[in-house]
Amino acid sequence: MSALISGASSAGVALPQRASAKRTPQRVLPGFRLTLGYTVLYLSLIVLIPITALFFKTFTLTWEQFVFAVTSPRVMASYRLTFGASLIAALVNLVFGLLLAWVLVRYKFPGKKIVDALVDLPFALPTAVAGISLTALLAGNGWLGQYLEPMGIKLAFTPAGVVIALIFVGMPFVVRTVQPVLEDAEKELEEAATALGANRLQIFTKVIFPHIAPALLTGFAMAFARAIGEYGSVIFIAGNMPMISEITPLIIIGKLEQYDYAGATAVAVVMLVLSFVLLLVINALQTWQRRHTGASS
Amino acid sequence: MTSKLKTLLAALALATGGLASSQTLLNGSYDVAREFYKDYNAAFIAHYKKTTGKDVKIDQSHAGSSAVARSVADGLDADVVTMNTSTDVEFLANAGVVAKDWAKRFPGNASPTTSTMLFLVRNGNPKGIKDWDDLTKPGIQVIVVNPKTGGNGRYTYLAAWGYAKKKGATDAQAAEFVGKLYKNVPVLGKGGRDATTAFLQRNIGDVLVTFESEVVSVNKEFGEGKVDAVYPSISILAENPVAVVERTVAKKGTAVLAKAYLDYLYSDEGQEIAAKHAMRPYSQAILKKNAAVFKPIQLFTVQEMFGSLSEAQKVHFNDGGQFDKLYTVR
Repeated sequence: MSALISGASSAGVALPQRASAKRTPQRVLPGFRLTLGYTVLYLSLIVLIPITALFFKTFTLTWEQFVFAVTSPRVMASYRLTFGASLIAALVNLVFGLLLAWVLVRYKFPGKKIVDALVDLPFALPTAVAGISLTALLAGNGWLGQYLEPMGIKLAFTPAGVVIALIFVGMPFVVRTVQPVLEDAEKELEEAATALGANRLQIFTKVIFPHIAPALLTGFAMAFARAIGEYGSVIFIAGNMPMISEITPLIIIGKLEQYDYAGATAVAVVMLVLSFVLLLVINALQTWQRRHTGASS
Repeated sequence: MTSKLKTLLAALALATGGLASSQTLLNGSYDVAREFYKDYNAAFIAHYKKTTGKDVKIDQSHAGSSAVARSVADGLDADVVTMNTSTDVEFLANAGVVAKDWAKRFPGNASPTTSTMLFLVRNGNPKGIKDWDDLTKPGIQVIVVNPKTGGNGRYTYLAAWGYAKKKGATDAQAAEFVGKLYKNVPVLGKGGRDATTAFLQRNIGDVLVTFESEVVSVNKEFGEGKVDAVYPSISILAENPVAVVERTVAKKGTAVLAKAYLDYLYSDEGQEIAAKHAMRPYSQAILKKNAAVFKPIQLFTVQEMFGSLSEAQKVHFNDGGQFDKLYTVR
């Protein structure tokens, strides 16, 4: 638990903390006890108590019932789809989000402010609207779908559609975490590297990338976590076929429709634990990465 | 600001019971009944004023049928529930908020209206679809609702199963028949409207299986002549049960009003409004009067074929049941 709190906070404000830690190793702000107390209380009220309630609801099941509820073939297939599609979507966002952030920070072009604002749209748009629009676009009679489907590319109502929807909702995370770090990067370092005879690839891999890697990983983790829980944008485009294109949140809704509260929460708990472990791994990776580059620079 | 304060005070007065002169009734109902109850509420308010001299205000809360049932069970103060599947009311009875014998409190299993499953096909019926058998033929794409997430889907599944049984199939043969039908399904809708959208706006599939009442609203929404309704030879009778939420009326003192509200559904006027919205009226006279809309087809009930809806739920739709087997055993 404490690992999560420290991990999350260090992920969120990765850079300022590091910078201040360099200059002043001892605590600057007074009132540590008060702030810690507030942090724990607030987290308990908003996060821990609801999640505990979730766990308690599953305790009404026996162990056998629990295992049966969370390992039936349909549920297993939905885990594969949800986690697989989320991973692919987060990886795509990692690459293209970085590109987007790069362009927004390093170049000037007309309409840049508008493009910058557009990045936030997936945050603000109700996800169901996004799902419906994407479906309308990619379905066999949609603007894009009518050209793609004759070529044999079927996106709507397939797992590929799920990935596209998840890319859409996760896109701002990578851009918005990497952008400020890139802006912060000191141009002088690159100039020094050039003066010392480094080529562009070397500058990127040895100077820029280590600097932005923690932020990239944070953005990746957030895009991934967001995708796992995503429901609204996906159900319209997925086709929702059992064993093929059913996401885990839909399984949970299906169980609720059958008044199977305990079964629904059991699946939710499995999702929660799996994503928690994955986020911990990403956090650990981030810490390792920071230490690694911190030592080398 | 002051008007807000006033409504707040009015709400408080109502909550403490009987202080205000007019009572408010909350009807918890399912999505597609919204238009019907809008018309019905207006008629009921006028009727109640005429017979008792009292003003009433009626609020509606709509969502998926079982989503409403869940929120009522969790404490939503609905005075009455009007659902599209009896399992939803059954659930509320088990939760203790609706009388155990709710089905006997009103005529016709407490269902003032019923509906059935029909087919919608593209204009002119290019694939020549006439009956359930045609839906299992190779090359036909069928759009249905997922029985796991919608009552519409459960009735579709049970109608197909019952059709096979009526034609003399054994359970194994019926399972095979239904399996073939679901092999022809390219997209499972989450709910009734979802499936309608896939069929009409995305142009997917050759046939949509849905409630009779949905067929009429499709013509309203998308214009006449885009699709044709096809009446299969045999289909299922889907009841739309109603019940008084005893917990709420005891607290709010609205028992008399709630009963009057549901009773009036059985009046000629209430039945006519239902017929206008393509829900099959309980009254035989009004059903006959609207024979042009409600073409007579052979209907079987869930009770005669499956015992009860909760029985069917256990065998077919619960995890590991017959429906899961269609997809997991190949």
